[in-house]
Amino acid sequence: MNRKWRGTALFLAIFVVMGATFGLKLYLGSMHSPLATSLAAAPVSPTATAKPGGGSPSPVPSAAATTSGPGAAATTITGDTESTPYGNVQVSVRFSGRKITNVTVLQVPDSGNYDQQVAQVVPPTLLQEVLSSQSATVNTVSGGTYTSNGYLQSVQSAIDKLP
Amino acid sequence: MGIPMSIDIRDGGDHRAAVSEAFAIVHEADAIFSPYLPESELSRLNRSELTLETVSGLFTEAHELASRFAAASGGVFSLRNAAGEWDLNGLVKGWAAQRAADRLKALGLANFCLNAGGDVVAAGSIEPGKAWNVGIRSPQAPQQMMAVLALSDLAVATSATYERGEHIIDGRTGRPARGFSSVSVIAPELTTADVLATTVFAMGVDGPHWAAERYPCSVLAQTENGTLVEAGDLRRWLAPAE
Repeated sequence: MNRKWRGTALFLAIFVVMGATFGLKLYLGSMHSPLATSLAAAPVSPTATAKPGGGSPSPVPSAAATTSGPGAAATTITGDTESTPYGNVQVSVRFSGRKITNVTVLQVPDSGNYDQQVAQVVPPTLLQEVLSSQSATVNTVSGGTYTSNGYLQSVQSAIDKLP
Repeated sequence: MGIPMSIDIRDGGDHRAAVSEAFAIVHEADAIFSPYLPESELSRLNRSELTLETVSGLFTEAHELASRFAAASGGVFSLRNAAGEWDLNGLVKGWAAQRAADRLKALGLANFCLNAGGDVVAAGSIEPGKAWNVGIRSPQAPQQMMAVLALSDLAVATSATYERGEHIIDGRTGRPARGFSSVSVIAPELTTADVLATTVFAMGVDGPHWAAERYPCSVLAQTENGTLVEAGDLRRWLAPAE
């Protein structure tokens, strides 16, 4: 009788631990997905882009500023793959005549499971607020320029291929 | 050496002339302060062809600002690089971008977002009642955001080790700063935000509270082992979940 109780208690304990682990995984997993999709779908604004510095005038702003005539032909050109320290960046650029109408990101570096690492060490309240902010749509990015340089170069290479 | 700069304008009308003026301001700063251009005032100062008495008014303005930050930080923020040459790169990017944003405002623009190599001025709103959402790039996974800020009439700058390796030097020791992998500073204008991001990064663990006590700013930092650190009113600027 006693042995049977112990067995039941052990089974229940294992069941609870497994349930909690699985639940936590689901919870963390669901927090990552909106971030990934919102970033992949982040619209790219071609408003006005240029490279200050350097001697030669950059063709990026001039191409962006060029207006297209009515009924200009639409073409889509795939830019070169540019390597950055975090992986490859590649875009395709849609032109209406000589005006950029859209930029689609084809490749960005692979993601790590970074926020899981953070989840283990950060005080829960700040972490929670920071994590929930991640679901907001991003209009612009503060931070390094490695990948944005790769992005620019890939856009540039697409412009260069424009007939 | 170039940095990408973009301006997203949400005010109605044709603003190409204003944008040209804004870009011209940043090009002008590059021509004066670039260590890569042999004829920049900075290069000529380093070759002793100019002195602090003979440089232009703009150079003097930036130099005085940088000197003030150097004094306030006890030398953590430095006007010279590891080789002992004049180097105002820690100030010029944010300062020039803020000047460009000020010009846009003087020309009547109220709602725009200027991003100069990751230094951001968020003026007004992206649409009525909606602040600009500025993602802070994760230092571990550059296409992911470690946080998103909702900013209106505020600036943010981020210093991190993902950019050009360990390029932030502690002016007191001349050695690469350690302790943080990313430091973002939110302030009313970009000059302060940019200088403080560099300074807090170089200062290490004491930096965020040092900055928030002395300047009207908020700090979000991540240590090398992944811990998040905040100072000032940071949580007020975190974007609400969507």
